[in-house]
Amino acid sequence: MSIRRVSTWVGVGIAGVAGLLLVVHILGQAVDLYDGLFNDPSKASTVDLWTTALYIGIAATGLNILTGYNGQVSIGHGAFFGVGAYVSALMIDDRAYVEIAGREYGFGDVPFLVTLPVVAVVCLVVGAAIGFPALRVKGLYLALVTLGLAVLFPDLTKRFVRGTGGTNLVGLRGDDLDPPFWYDAFADPIADPLTDYVGARDQWAFWLTLVVGGVLLFGVWLIARSRFGRALIAVRDHEAAAATVGVNLARVKVSAFALSALYAGVAGALSVLVTRVANAGKVETFQLSITLLVAVVVGGTATVWGPVIGATIVTFAQDWIEKDLPGQTWIRDNETLSDWLTTERTKLLAPAIFGIALILLMYVMPDGLVGGFRRLRGRFRTRVGRQTPAPATT
Amino acid sequence: MELFFSQLMNGIGSGVIYASFALALVLIFRATGILNFAQGEMALFTTYIHWKLTEWDLPVWLAIVVTVIIGFMLGAVIERIVIRPVEQSSALVLVIVTIGLFLAFNSLAPAIFGTDAVAIPRAYPNETWELGGVVLKADTLVLIGVLLAECAVLWFFLQRTKVGLALRAVASNPESSRLSGVPVGTMLMVGWGVAAAIGALAGALVIPTTAGLTNASMQNILVFGFAAAALGGFDSVLGAVVGGLTIGIADAMTREYVDWLNDIELVVPFGLILLVLLFRPAGLFGKVRVERV
Repeated sequence: MSIRRVSTWVGVGIAGVAGLLLVVHILGQAVDLYDGLFNDPSKASTVDLWTTALYIGIAATGLNILTGYNGQVSIGHGAFFGVGAYVSALMIDDRAYVEIAGREYGFGDVPFLVTLPVVAVVCLVVGAAIGFPALRVKGLYLALVTLGLAVLFPDLTKRFVRGTGGTNLVGLRGDDLDPPFWYDAFADPIADPLTDYVGARDQWAFWLTLVVGGVLLFGVWLIARSRFGRALIAVRDHEAAAATVGVNLARVKVSAFALSALYAGVAGALSVLVTRVANAGKVETFQLSITLLVAVVVGGTATVWGPVIGATIVTFAQDWIEKDLPGQTWIRDNETLSDWLTTERTKLLAPAIFGIALILLMYVMPDGLVGGFRRLRGRFRTRVGRQTPAPATT
Repeated sequence: MELFFSQLMNGIGSGVIYASFALALVLIFRATGILNFAQGEMALFTTYIHWKLTEWDLPVWLAIVVTVIIGFMLGAVIERIVIRPVEQSSALVLVIVTIGLFLAFNSLAPAIFGTDAVAIPRAYPNETWELGGVVLKADTLVLIGVLLAECAVLWFFLQRTKVGLALRAVASNPESSRLSGVPVGTMLMVGWGVAAAIGALAGALVIPTTAGLTNASMQNILVFGFAAAALGGFDSVLGAVVGGLTIGIADAMTREYVDWLNDIELVVPFGLILLVLLFRPAGLFGKVRVERV
């Protein structure tokens, strides 16, 4: 065997073991989740983690419409996410307002569910507005313009949003996010919202995110099979050819931008249910944009399920590296290792571990998990059907 | 008027910083077609090394030289180990790999060197002069001088040496270069090395003029460096310099003269980029690619 094949198999082996551990971990979390949802309110943080994975998945699904299906790379989707979070939080909080040219515009006490369609419309419009200049700008230049969006957005909120204590952070009271009255009927066997508000809120957030996510995911599934979906892919693969067969380039590209902003914005609004704040820092918005892109690529671009799977893995992997890795017994029991790898330092190293894992994954599965799975299945099928020709050695 | 010229000098001062980073980005982009998101964090890492060297009582100028050499090796090694295996992949995979590098360096630096902000000494006396009311800082002059020297050396290296010729050949057509006996792999390593060295030099000179070195030091600079490269065109060295200066000056002027843009001064550089890209989608000096169908 050549060195390349050996290293490929070693890579596949490492990825396989890591993947298996992750699946076991996630399954464990799922059992915890079941407990949390139906029995134990003290598992609320696990429920929150699942809700987080879901809304990150929704935003990544939106980014996938733009980047995966339509081929327009955006590293600024954290901004659309933020717009969604802010619109929702500003409508719910009666103290926060927007100040433009000395005049104050504020809402208050709007129920969360009412804010969702508003967020959807606002983000659709904002996305379309930003999609128009993007018609001229392509590839890496577009990526840069969207990066500008992610950098600019926190400044815009600082300038115009007057939230808690006059800062750009809009913090909500816990009871602002109470489940609506009719939720009781469904929630009966679960935590009682009258006696156990915290648990009930977390579970309400989870179920709502799950339902909204399901609807939006079904939307992508429909798009991928529709005339519009084929137009998206055609524009990505060859603009000129797509135009020749009658695809309206401008309409398709702007629609992709708008739709993808809608998904990201709704995800942002849902995030308010978990975090109870709308906030925008430069670093955070940039990191979120990157997380979304990573989720799409890890799961598999231009696949329906990829971004959700990617988001779940990314969310849980980050959580595990940050919270569980420092306390691992094989680190604590090994003297030389635990000397340098203090709890503090392991926490600092979390992004590095994540980054290196990301690079390794790109070596083994450049087309993401869903793509890699498809390739494995394809290989298996050809082996059964007929002998594959020996791969050329290099 | 004096205020205007002082602000102009400030703008040029930060502009040359952005230009240096844009220069490094452009070099890597020309050689490999990769937009290196980790450029700033690689410079961050070498700047920490520079700080350690000065802590060990090495003279600052010598420490800078050593840092630049280490930066060159770091860039070359990263190209060989991290980038080479995915070289042929899609642009998106390459973006993700450099983002992975970004995360790795950004968290390795504080894990190894600590989280406290550290001060790095200047290699030259920190003086300011007044010339007819206009404030001139030694920082600005040194940075301008270094940028000019960098451009001159790069020009000589790329246009007048055999290695430079090979580098340009690889950038324009790797297959043909390989067939004519140019060691393409080595050239790519050299390209990354030179870019990382430029970043290392910029980092070691820029950080002393700021409040101190933390692992967030490079992010703003990198964003502006990206902006400068986009404005000038990702494949143009001249564009990087012009782009950097334009953005630096536009930013400084907005801060001084346009009150209603308080807090959102960034609108100006990014608005400028958008405007330029709308009319010249490949940047001011970028080569327009003609696509045959």
